[in-house]
Amino acid sequence: MKNTITKATRHVNQNEGLIFEKSSPGKAAWKLPPLDVPEVDPAKLLGASARKDLGNMPEVSEIEIIRHFTRLSTWNYAIDLGMYPLGSCTMKYNPRVNEAVARVEGIANGHPYQPEKISQGALGILKTLSECLIEITGMDAITLQPAAGAHGEMTGLLLVRAYHHSKGRPRKKVLIPDSAHGTNPATAAMVDYAVENLKSDSRGMVDVAALEAQMNEDVAALMLTNPNTLGVFEQQIHKIADILHAKGGLLYMDGANMNALVGKVRPGDFGVDVMHLNLHKTFSTPHGGGGPGSGPVAVKKILEPFLPKPVLITKPDGTLGFEYDRPQSVGRVRAFYGNFGMFVRALAYIQANGPDGLRQTTEDAVLNANYIRKGLEGTYDLPYPTPSMHEVVFSDRLQAKKGVRTMDIAKRLIDYGFHPYTTAFPLIVPGALMIEPTESESKEEMDLFIEAMKAIAAEAQEEPQTVLDAPHSTRVSRLDETAAARKPILRWKPSSEK
Amino acid sequence: MRYLPKSPADRKEMLKAIGARSVDDLFAPIPAEYRLNRDLKIPRQMAESEIIDFFRQRSRENAEGYASFLGAGAYAHYRPVIIDSLISRGEFLTAYTPYQAEISQGTLQSIFEFQTMICELTGMEVANASMYDGSTAAAEAVMMAVRLTGKRSVVVARSLHPEYREVLATYATHQGMPLSIANFSAEGRVNHGELESLVSDQTAAVLIQSPNFFGTIEDIAAIAEIAHKNGALLVVSIAEAVSLGIVEPPREADIIAMEAQSFGVPLGFGGPYCGVIATREKFVRQMPGRLVGQTVDRQGKRGFVLTLATREQHIRREKATSNICTNQALVALMVNIFMNVYGKVGLQELAKQNLAKAVYAAQKLGNHGKVLFAGAPRFNEFVLQTEEDSYAINNRLLGRKVIGGLPLKKFYPELGNAALWCCTELTTRSGIDTAAGLIAESEGIVRSAKEEAEEVAR
Repeated sequence: MKNTITKATRHVNQNEGLIFEKSSPGKAAWKLPPLDVPEVDPAKLLGASARKDLGNMPEVSEIEIIRHFTRLSTWNYAIDLGMYPLGSCTMKYNPRVNEAVARVEGIANGHPYQPEKISQGALGILKTLSECLIEITGMDAITLQPAAGAHGEMTGLLLVRAYHHSKGRPRKKVLIPDSAHGTNPATAAMVDYAVENLKSDSRGMVDVAALEAQMNEDVAALMLTNPNTLGVFEQQIHKIADILHAKGGLLYMDGANMNALVGKVRPGDFGVDVMHLNLHKTFSTPHGGGGPGSGPVAVKKILEPFLPKPVLITKPDGTLGFEYDRPQSVGRVRAFYGNFGMFVRALAYIQANGPDGLRQTTEDAVLNANYIRKGLEGTYDLPYPTPSMHEVVFSDRLQAKKGVRTMDIAKRLIDYGFHPYTTAFPLIVPGALMIEPTESESKEEMDLFIEAMKAIAAEAQEEPQTVLDAPHSTRVSRLDETAAARKPILRWKPSSEK
Repeated sequence: MRYLPKSPADRKEMLKAIGARSVDDLFAPIPAEYRLNRDLKIPRQMAESEIIDFFRQRSRENAEGYASFLGAGAYAHYRPVIIDSLISRGEFLTAYTPYQAEISQGTLQSIFEFQTMICELTGMEVANASMYDGSTAAAEAVMMAVRLTGKRSVVVARSLHPEYREVLATYATHQGMPLSIANFSAEGRVNHGELESLVSDQTAAVLIQSPNFFGTIEDIAAIAEIAHKNGALLVVSIAEAVSLGIVEPPREADIIAMEAQSFGVPLGFGGPYCGVIATREKFVRQMPGRLVGQTVDRQGKRGFVLTLATREQHIRREKATSNICTNQALVALMVNIFMNVYGKVGLQELAKQNLAKAVYAAQKLGNHGKVLFAGAPRFNEFVLQTEEDSYAINNRLLGRKVIGGLPLKKFYPELGNAALWCCTELTTRSGIDTAAGLIAESEGIVRSAKEEAEEVAR
C-alpha cells in the first residue's frame, strides 16, 4: 500500500463478548426501593399464568453494562467521528440542544392520555412545528402521525386512495420512476395499488413523453422523488404536474431529498399535492443506528378531510386539542400521535436555524455536493452529467475494468477513515457510488475525502487486490453474508442448548 | 449559522473550484418561476439559551409533578440513569442503519443481543430488530399471518387496545382483510364462545392482547386451541412488557407483537416507542423488519450482519414483506440496556412490585366503586366503575395534582362510568390513598346530591 492515509490512524480497541457470556447468577445492576404496600404472592394471584423462570436473561453488574456498551460503541462509525456520505440518507450533524430539550421533564414524561388542559405545552409544540413545516413545504395541512418515511408514504397513498374514492373511483395504479427508492413500490403494494414503472430519460429525469403515454384515468398518482435519487432536480416538474392533473391524477412527492430545497423552493408551489418529510434526514433528528424516524405528511387542501385522526385543532376557547370526529379520515396509522420526541428535536433545529440558517444550510449542502463532483469528475465515471443538487452519483465503470466494483471501493474507503457512500443505488446506474456530503462537512473534510477517493482510484489501477481485500484496518474483515442468510443464526443460545 | 463549518472565504473558494459565479448558479435547474425569493415565515434564528427557554416554557404548560394513574399502552416506569448515558454516545446516536457491517459491529451486536433477550422473554424462537411501535407491529404481524396462511379473514379481540384496533383497521382496509370483532366476557377476557363462532377455516389470524387493554390476562392456551383447530394463527399483542417478569409468556402463540416502551423508554407524549415482532423459526422468511444474524469474517472471526434482506423493500420492492425501512434502533437500544440492568431476577422483582401496588390500589379504590372483571387474573391495571362520572372524578383529582385513571366511555360506552387505572413501581401508597380519599369525597358529593334530589322529589 503506497498511499499514506491522513485522516485516520489505527489504535487499540477493546474486545468484548456477548453480554450473555458475562452473566452469572447473583450479579445485579438493579435495586428497587422497599415496597410500601403489602407483598403479594404472584403464584396465588396469577395461577396458571404465573411465570416460573426467565430463561437465559443476563445477570450482570452496572459497570459491566457500561463497559459492554461503551466498547461496542467504539466499533461503530458515526457522524460525530467524520463524514458519513451515504447518499439519500442525509447524514448531517445532530445538534445536541435537540437532545437536551427532548429530555426536559414535562416534555419527556408527558403521558399521551393526560388531559388536554395539562398538555398545552406538548400540543403547542405540535402546532408550531406543523406551521413551520407547512410554510417550508408550501402545502396547506399536515399530519405528524407517521413514524417514519415509509410510514408517511403509506399514509400519503391512503390519502390519495381516499381522495379518488370520494370522487367515485379509487383508480388502480401508481406510477413510479425506475430511479425510486424501494419503499415506494413496497408502499404502493400495501395500499393495493399496482406499480407501473416509469423510465428515466438520458438525463436521468422523468421521461415526460413516456409519462404522457402512460398517464390515464387508471393512474391514481405519480410518486416522484425530487430532487430524484441521482440528485437531479426534475426540471420539467411543471409539465409533470400538468400531465397528472389533466387526467385527474395526483402528484406525490417523496421528500427524502427535501434538504436540497428548504428555503429555496416549495413543493406546494410546483404542483405537489401530497408529500412526506423525513424529520431524521432534513430536520436533523438522529438516525440512532436505524431509527427512530418520523414521517409527517403534508397535503393540499383537497386532501385535508382525509388526514389520519386525531387532528390537532384550536378549540373555541383558544386552547389546543385533538379532533376525533373526522368522518372522511383514512383512520389511524399509529397509536397516540406519532414520534413526538422527534417533533421536539425537529422544532429545535428549525429554531436554531431560522429562515436564513435553513436557506444557508440548503445552499451549503448543494455547494458541498458540487464540490465533490468537481473534485472526482474524471477520476470516476459520471453517468449523468445533468447538474447535481445535494448529492452526486458516479459509477464504477472505470474501476470495474480491473475488477474493482463500487462495494470494493466503499470497503477501502473505510480504511481511509470514512464511512462509505451508498452503493449500488439507484438501480438505473450500474455500480453506483451515491455520495451525499450534506452541509455538515467542512472544506478540509471534503478535501480529505476527495484525496482518499483519488487514492483508491489509483490503487484500483495499480494494486487492485488491495482494494478487493479491504477493509484492512477494521475489527472484522468482510463478513460472510451468504452464510448468514443460508443458515440464519438470529439469537445467542447457551452451549448446552445448541 | 452555528452548525455550518464554513467561512465565507471557504464558500468563495469552493465556488471558484466548481466554476460557479455564485451559489445561485447551482440552483439554476429549478425553474425560476418556482424559486422562493423571500424568507420563510418561520421563527427567527434563536440562540441555544432561547431554545431551551422555549421548551422549558412548553414543559411548564404541560403536567409537571403530577402523580399519574394512566397506563393504557404507555407506562411510567423508572428509567435507570445509564440508559441515557449510553445512548448519548455519538457512536450509537449518530450512526445510520448498519449496512456497512465492518464499521457497525457495535450496533449489530447490540441488536443481536436485543433479539436474543426478546426471544427469552417471549418464549419465541426469533425476534426482529424492532418495528415502529406496538400498534403497527400488531398490524404487521396480522399481515404476516395472512401471508403465511394464504387466508385473509382476521378475528380481533375487543379487549385489544382500541387504538391498535383502529390502526389495524386502517392497514386492513385496502388489503382485502375482513375484520370481525370478538367481544369480551364478564371476566373482561375474550369471549371464547363468540370467538369459536367467529373463527372459521377462512381465518388467517386471531389477534388478542395479554395482559389485555383492561389489564386482564387472557387464557392463551384455550384461545390458541380455537385458532389452531381452524388452521388460523394466533397473534398476541403485549403492550405492558414488564408483565413478562411474572406472567407466563404466550408460548402457544404463533406471532407476538410487542410494545417494549415499558423497558426504559420515556413516555414522551406517545413516542418514539419500540415495537418488536417475535415468532417461530419456520415463519422467519415472512417476518417484516430488519434482522441481525451471526456469521464469520474471512479469518473465521465471529461478527454480525443484517440478514435475510431478500424479504425487504430495498431488494424486493413491491414484493417485499413490508415497506418498513427505518425502525426504532436507538429506542431498541434503550430497551436492551434496561433488560440488562434488571435481568433475570430484577425483572421478576420489578413486576412483583407492580402487581403488589395494583392489588393494593384495586382494594383501596374498590371501596369507593366496583372493580370490574375481578374473576380473572390481572397484572398492573384494573377497571374501576364508579357512580360519579369518571371525568368529574378526574377533574377533582387534577386539582390535587393527581391524574386519575383513563375514562373508558369513549372506547367502551357500555361500561358506564368506568376508568382504567394503572399502577407501576413508581406509584406510591400515599398517592393511592390520596386518590382513594378524593374519590370518596366525590362519592359523598354524589350521594348528597342524590339525597337532595330524592328530598326534592319527596
